[in-house]
Amino acid sequence: MLVVKVDRCLGCKSCELACAVEHSASRDLYEAIHETPGPRARVRVSQGTTFAIPLQCRQCEDAPCVAICPTNALHRADEDSPVFIDHDRCIGCTWCVLACPFGVITLDAKGRTIIKCDQCFERVEHGELPACVSACPTGALQFKPLEDVVAEKREACLLQIERSLSGDAK
Amino acid sequence: MADSKPRSVDPAACQMFDFACEQGQEVVYDRFEAMQPQCGFGQLGICCRNCVMGPCRMDPFGEGPQEGICGATADTIAARNLVRSTAVGASAHSDHGRDIAHAFLATARGEAQGYSIKGITKLKALAQELGIEVDGASPEEIAEKVGEAALDEFGRQEGELRFAKRAPERLQARWKKMDVTPRGVDREVVTALHRTHIGVSNEWKHLIKTCVQTSLSDGWGGSMIATDLSDILFGEPIPRTSEANLGVLREGEVNIIIHGHEPTLSDAIVAAAQLDEIQAECEKVGAKGLNLGGICCTANEVLMRHGIPLVGNFLQQELALLTGAVELMIVDVQCIMPALKKIVGDKCHTKLISTSPNAMFEGFEHIQFDENKAMDSAKELLLTGIRNFANRDPAKVIIPDEKSPLVAGFTTENIFDHLGGRYRPSYRPLNNGIIDGRLRGVAGVVGCNNVKITHDHGHLEMVKELLRHDVAVVLTGCSAIACAKAGLLDPEAAELYAGRGLKQICDAVGIPPCLHVGSCVDNSRILTACTEMVREGGLGEDIADLPVAGAAPEWMSEKAISIGFYVVTSGIFTVIAEPLPVLGSAKVTEYLTDGMEEDYGGKFAFEKDPIKGAHLIIEHLDRKREALHLAPMMFEPRPVDTVGRAWDLEPAAVSAG
Repeated sequence: MLVVKVDRCLGCKSCELACAVEHSASRDLYEAIHETPGPRARVRVSQGTTFAIPLQCRQCEDAPCVAICPTNALHRADEDSPVFIDHDRCIGCTWCVLACPFGVITLDAKGRTIIKCDQCFERVEHGELPACVSACPTGALQFKPLEDVVAEKREACLLQIERSLSGDAK
Repeated sequence: MADSKPRSVDPAACQMFDFACEQGQEVVYDRFEAMQPQCGFGQLGICCRNCVMGPCRMDPFGEGPQEGICGATADTIAARNLVRSTAVGASAHSDHGRDIAHAFLATARGEAQGYSIKGITKLKALAQELGIEVDGASPEEIAEKVGEAALDEFGRQEGELRFAKRAPERLQARWKKMDVTPRGVDREVVTALHRTHIGVSNEWKHLIKTCVQTSLSDGWGGSMIATDLSDILFGEPIPRTSEANLGVLREGEVNIIIHGHEPTLSDAIVAAAQLDEIQAECEKVGAKGLNLGGICCTANEVLMRHGIPLVGNFLQQELALLTGAVELMIVDVQCIMPALKKIVGDKCHTKLISTSPNAMFEGFEHIQFDENKAMDSAKELLLTGIRNFANRDPAKVIIPDEKSPLVAGFTTENIFDHLGGRYRPSYRPLNNGIIDGRLRGVAGVVGCNNVKITHDHGHLEMVKELLRHDVAVVLTGCSAIACAKAGLLDPEAAELYAGRGLKQICDAVGIPPCLHVGSCVDNSRILTACTEMVREGGLGEDIADLPVAGAAPEWMSEKAISIGFYVVTSGIFTVIAEPLPVLGSAKVTEYLTDGMEEDYGGKFAFEKDPIKGAHLIIEHLDRKREALHLAPMMFEPRPVDTVGRAWDLEPAAVSAG
């Protein structure tokens, strides 16, 4: 899963750039900027009150977009795969855009299909990290198994309990 | 389109920002919000693009690279970027000074149409200072030699800048000790840029010295030459009245705005505007007359010398066009938004004309201003504007009913003119005022507007807080315009805003509590005025001993960085709101806000809140007073609830950048 350390995001948007290049025809920055149609990023760095945060598809287990898609364009290949878009089936009705609670699906009007983060599944299959994770200069974006994320949280929790037991103020 | 929360504390600006919103017209704030979030590497100053092995950025959280590919550290990178910014800022001022010097020399030689040598007193004083004979010589003969001497400073390759020798001996000694005495105007910039090339200066302290030396070649060089020669060529300012804000635009008259910086252009425009044929042309198109106004520093130049009204400051340039009442905006250099072209067109008839070979803008018409034919050039520009009057749609005109009276036109020479002194003013009343405890000290509040800070809020809050604590304030640039619009330059301002001691001085000497001393190059007047205060005696031996301070509560430009450096390293503590982009380097930040005081007698403080910033200044002034063993302050600060309200509008919470 993609994890964001919000306090590490400096709003540089390297992730957006890398995502667009990764999803371009040439997969090369200098060529990608001249392509038509121009490649688009699936991640967007947004400004909160006092923080910046990259937002992309959460690959929901019980995805509202999958449930609502009238053509089954949105689907999972198997239990462990991200949520994919079959661009041939997609009719660009944008119901998924409306159904998504995170605002991370958008319409590629030229291509007449929706686009969203695909977790760079091809890179991952080859043992690489998603493009945005590789590009992030501060490690704000991370790609870890859910179990690892949970384990880290448990450890942090234990540490807190230890501290309060030994009388250390937090 | 961003919703229109109050972007400004100026009711005229608020009205026009609201209007822009209603019209769906994009303005500067919309572009600012679209730019969020802004890149943290840039903000911290730890992005380097100096070579194409890069670009490199340092990880401020310590995990990623801590050095660039060549090995440069965050300290090097932040300092190196600062050198480039200082060099650009100094270049803007010094190039302006060069243009003035060229026009000055051409005028002396009778080669420039439309200018004449006006400030004879200052000419003779300057000539004597430069060792040029004045007896038996005509003003033009003197001016020719003065002009040649001034121009020589730009290309100087041997020795040191002559104007820097005006500084108190101790200050000059300190520069010598730090090895930062400026050697030549153009030379310092070239050397500075050289030092930022990959693999040249990598020691951050040396790079900061480079910032200092470059800035001194501006403050005691290019800017000072601009100020002095402008006073001689266009007239020494005298205190005069005028008005400020969008309300100076007039229905029924041709409104022409001059925007930019160089008085070679604006002064000629003012002169040409007085010609009978211009008035005749106005009547021909059905207008009652011609109304000139200014934006930014060129406005301050023609205000100081001719009383031309101020239309607004930096963040109001788009708003002036939105009034629909402006036939022509003439621009030259610096602080002109290319976005202005997006305002004109179907909805707005204003012509935008650029005039400088240095500043070209897409979508603007270009009519190059010829200094050798200044009157002809100026006439052509004015006529272009007048002929556009027919295209004004009176139904679309919306001029906010806001303008304030003001007094401006103070200089080092004339502040205490009527109290004595021929070439040299007497600073005795000022020094005595400080020594006796009526005045806490003097603060120079200067600089730009910045979209990150509610428009004019920073300037006004800081100045009001200083005034009620008996701090006399001198103003330049967009800060002066902000205070003018709010009524702080009104003769009645002391009554409404000043502490008792300051008010007594103002009443006794006949000055307002806020003195408008001119444009941004006229920040050099602050240096010479401080030198006079030292010379008058009783307040120490050096500028660094004086109870004085500087502030730039809404700065944004690289020119401001150069000014900041030359003011600080002339010994003046300076508070700026937006920090210098060096926070990614702890060492550079620490030096600029602390360590450098020992080396230069001055340092920066980074403080976004204008009231807190004012109190940093007040505490600093108190420390200087104590070190000089001056009398305690005569009066308590004026209570906050007795201070006049500049605007009725309360600022909204300042938007986080």
